Amino acid sequence: MLLLICPYCGVAAEETELAPGGEAHLKRFGPGSSDAEFEAYLFARKNPKGVHFERWRHAYGCGKWFLAARCTATLEVFGTYPAQTSGPPDDIIDRIKARRPDWKGFA
Amino acid sequence: MKRYSLFAIAREALTHHQGWERAWRSPAPKPGYDVVIIGAGGHGLATAYYLGRNHGIRNVAILEKGWLGGGNTGRNTTIIRSNYLQDPSAAIYEKSRSLYETLSQDLNFNVMFSPRGVMMLAQTHHEVRGYLRTAHANALQGVVTEFISPARVKELCPILNIDGPRYPVLGALWQPRGGTGRHDAVAWGYARACSAMGMDIIQQCEVTGVRSENGKVTGVETTKGHIGTGKLGIVVAGHSGQVAQMAGFRLPVESMALQALVSEPIKPCMDVVVMANTVHGYMSQSDKGEMVIGGGTDGFNNYTQRGSFQHIEETLRALIETFPMLSRLKMLRQWGGIVDMTGDRSPIISKTPLGNCFINCGWGTGGFKAIPGSGWAMAELIAKGEPSPLAAAFDMGRFREGRFIDESVAAGVAH
Repeated sequence: MLLLICPYCGVAAEETELAPGGEAHLKRFGPGSSDAEFEAYLFARKNPKGVHFERWRHAYGCGKWFLAARCTATLEVFGTYPAQTSGPPDDIIDRIKARRPDWKGFA
Repeated sequence: MKRYSLFAIAREALTHHQGWERAWRSPAPKPGYDVVIIGAGGHGLATAYYLGRNHGIRNVAILEKGWLGGGNTGRNTTIIRSNYLQDPSAAIYEKSRSLYETLSQDLNFNVMFSPRGVMMLAQTHHEVRGYLRTAHANALQGVVTEFISPARVKELCPILNIDGPRYPVLGALWQPRGGTGRHDAVAWGYARACSAMGMDIIQQCEVTGVRSENGKVTGVETTKGHIGTGKLGIVVAGHSGQVAQMAGFRLPVESMALQALVSEPIKPCMDVVVMANTVHGYMSQSDKGEMVIGGGTDGFNNYTQRGSFQHIEETLRALIETFPMLSRLKMLRQWGGIVDMTGDRSPIISKTPLGNCFINCGWGTGGFKAIPGSGWAMAELIAKGEPSPLAAAFDMGRFREGRFIDESVAAGVAH
């Protein structure tokens, strides 16, 4: 079972009290965008086999959305961080690079 | 290929069964082929088979990273049905189901198709309305289904508890010609027939790159060297995103784990397939006597072929409520497969941004039942370069244009 530490309330939350929310850091496209941009925003996903940044909600806890960096090939969790950011923080990036030297970086 | 028959058994008995040939060859790859299919699962092998049988294209290689049929083809719950709401889905799944009826004869390989009937329980009033609508839609589509009463449900499946405290059974959508098949045999049968047509099935051969020139595919890099090809078919289910990345495009697909499990074998107690979508579990009994059980996907991206325990717990909780007799049964094995989920829970059979490269993916939780129909449609797409009416609605462009084939709303859960 996955254990993620909620960055807001500090609880080491088990998967049963969390709700997954898909890929994180999607750039939102609004009115006036092209069809291709809308399609990419709504449907195209990186779906990597490896380092993945994703949204979770502490549904049966504080109720807040937060973000996690996790490996989809091993289920290793690199860390969690608050959702009010457009990219992963440096300490998370450093931790991933230490664990996955061949990782190509967040793009 | 020597045909399997009663006469063949008698003939081989005279020579102490030493004369049986291998079901398929394991050749080294040639430098080039007319068509290369990535993925020797059910869908990939079926695509190759119908390329040869329907379109006369036999200079074909099927590349497989592991062993053939070792992915989701060997990891599903073998249910075959076609009671879908939307017209394009009903058409391709019904094509598939009808091909299953004669598949053993076509392939000269017993795929043990058992049209024992599939019932989908309606346990809320919303579901009753939904399944009535599906039954009417199926009548228009030419798919034989009917909405049956709780008494008829009990008659067809006596071990079912129709008076559950939370979700009593209010009826069911019944497809008498649905059923189960032997999943491995489907892959093996297609593989044997492909090999007999002169196609090369190359196992332990992982594709590591896709080569192209002037926007058209020219070959693939593999762990067994470069293999040139005129056309490329990508049929790799959970790893579609990985191969699409090599070919230079992205897919509206996310890969997740779907689990299934089987109980210890018991005496025959259930001769239909039961799906209970409200409580989220489905079950049938295999010929060995095991209860074959499936549930829903985990909600997060996962490539590990193992899922979270609480989903098994949820599935079993649901099934014990529906089948109280299960409560003393031990579960023997549990496994997970990586399913490729699209935004509208319908598959993709499509041309791609790369010329002469075609993709067949997104079957999600319901790929096994679709194997023959999917292969049929994909073969036509590869052979002609344009989709058949069967596949046209499943192109990738539907996500840009909003032409969804929305089975997630229609079915709610696993299909």
